[in-house]
Amino acid sequence: MTPAYVVRRIGFYVLICAITLFFAVPMLWLASAPFDASPGLGVHWPDWTLDNFRETLAHPYAMHSMVNSLLICVTTAVAVTAFAALASYALSRVRLPGRDALLYGLLLLSSVVTGTAAMVPIFVMMFQLGLIDSRFGVALVMTGGLLPAAIFILKDFVDAVPKSYEESARVFGASTGQILRDVVLPVARPGLATILVWAFVNSWGNFLVPFLLIRSIEKQPGAVLLQTFTDEGGSANLSVIPVFSLLFSIPVVVLYLLVNSRYGFRFHGGIKS
Amino acid sequence: MAGIDIEGLATVYPNGVRAVDGLDLTVAHGEFFALLGPSGCGKTTLLRTIAGLEPASEGTVRIDSADVTRLEPGKRGVAMVFQDYALFPHMTVSENITYPLKVRRVAPATRTAVAERTSGELSLQGLLERRPGQLSGGQQQRVALARAIASKGKVLLLDEPLSNLDARLRLEARTFLKKLQKDLGITTVFVTHDQAEALALADRIAVMQSGKLRQLGSPREVFARPANTFVANFIGSTPMNLLTGSVASGGSVSIAGGSLPAATGSVPVGAEVTVGVRPEYLTLSIGDVSGPSIRGSVVVAENLGTQSLVSVECDGTLIGVTVPEEDEPDPGATVVLTASESRVLLYDKESGELLARQPAPVG
Repeated sequence: MTPAYVVRRIGFYVLICAITLFFAVPMLWLASAPFDASPGLGVHWPDWTLDNFRETLAHPYAMHSMVNSLLICVTTAVAVTAFAALASYALSRVRLPGRDALLYGLLLLSSVVTGTAAMVPIFVMMFQLGLIDSRFGVALVMTGGLLPAAIFILKDFVDAVPKSYEESARVFGASTGQILRDVVLPVARPGLATILVWAFVNSWGNFLVPFLLIRSIEKQPGAVLLQTFTDEGGSANLSVIPVFSLLFSIPVVVLYLLVNSRYGFRFHGGIKS
Repeated sequence: MAGIDIEGLATVYPNGVRAVDGLDLTVAHGEFFALLGPSGCGKTTLLRTIAGLEPASEGTVRIDSADVTRLEPGKRGVAMVFQDYALFPHMTVSENITYPLKVRRVAPATRTAVAERTSGELSLQGLLERRPGQLSGGQQQRVALARAIASKGKVLLLDEPLSNLDARLRLEARTFLKKLQKDLGITTVFVTHDQAEALALADRIAVMQSGKLRQLGSPREVFARPANTFVANFIGSTPMNLLTGSVASGGSVSIAGGSLPAATGSVPVGAEVTVGVRPEYLTLSIGDVSGPSIRGSVVVAENLGTQSLVSVECDGTLIGVTVPEEDEPDPGATVVLTASESRVLLYDKESGELLARQPAPVG
């Protein structure tokens, strides 16, 4: 153990600590600020109180926006999973010329569709359809944006279901619908769970789509509402924001834990997470 | 009765490969029928075409005298066991066995009764609540068989039924399968690439090559009198000796510096033929013998358990002969090979087809 070695090790651990701190501070803030009598922008040992919770619950829109978020995200997650299941089964089993090109094309375009680039046409389209200021409209746009990637991921799971399972069911007289319901989907269940959570989490944190398409504040989901928490003076309302942030992160964490304990997250082939 | 009639059947893949090429075949009711051939010969495609999983390009398939060529697999009255058994991993053994009934919306109470009865027949009692992943290979195979039986098909199709089992279990399963088929009396077609399996199990064997039928017959016929050199090569655990020779006068063929007796029939004297004789049907002796024989010296002897396969060099060609273990000669010894006339087969040198049509040997 030369002195140079010791210095190198110390330097290394200091660096690690700095990096860890960078990621840990926001988490610590999220854990301490909601319970602090005078929450600020720094992390310090809280002066324990539950007043912030009382204030947040009394906020006219805070809790309502959670319901909006749930409404939009559950709709999106269920729609994405259902459509992706049907589409990936078809794409996995039907020999289609240029199928892979189609898949990659869709995947590429999907990041554009819900991205900023397509926001104006999407706004115009939704306006023409009369779906402005509609939570259903928001779910629809987000479903469209998430579907290509969902199909892409789920197709790997469906590809992994042995063909002999289906053929076996076919010989026993099962229809295509029965094969899908009784054999393919149950076997691909870990994939469906992955897609469900992935779609939920993606739409839960989406700010841009509801921000553009929803006008009235009572229909806004949590992700958008968060930026409206200001006090009379126009500066950030630091007693509501920490509590709201904490509550906002709970559904995602719960969903992850639930699905992970039942299926474990598995990504095959194409995309890794 | 529930036999299978196949007429002029061809299955052509989109890439133009004729996997099954103009096949005529009849499987009798209650028969245990083997489709045998090397990989890629079209035997599995034929089985899948009978099941309806591959569309027939030409010809007809009739099951129980009804034309099923254009019917969906589920409407043909066939049950099939796949090579990997295709048990549904998310269902219990009981649910797997009764899945064919669930598809037909049979009442749950009836399904439970069928599961219990069928599992009893296949000694699967006590395993009904397990999942396929918790079963051994042999048990999985029996579950797959139980499911096929529970579906009450008129015809049972088995794709390589024993290939997924390890060697020792395979013999056990073979006996079990043959007994089960006899007990049920159900018309069964199975695919195998293992000639020993086909010989052991089947009532009749169809040997296939490149989508065509090369020989159809009982295991005994196929073993003792292969219709052509392809079948001769393919059947038998020790390869048949196929040697070039010429027909000599007095009902014999001269090969490898000696001669063997043969029913030459109408083949003219002096004609070049391929002479086929199984190692099991050659007799090895030391010292002179009367009648046609081949003389040579022992090169190696391979132990096969109760027998030894002895390679004898006769005038530059190697001839295999099996001898009982206690009669194994020493390498280098001079020996004489003889055979009975009925065991020596003559094949056309060009086409490889069996020539002289003498009556089949008995026993």
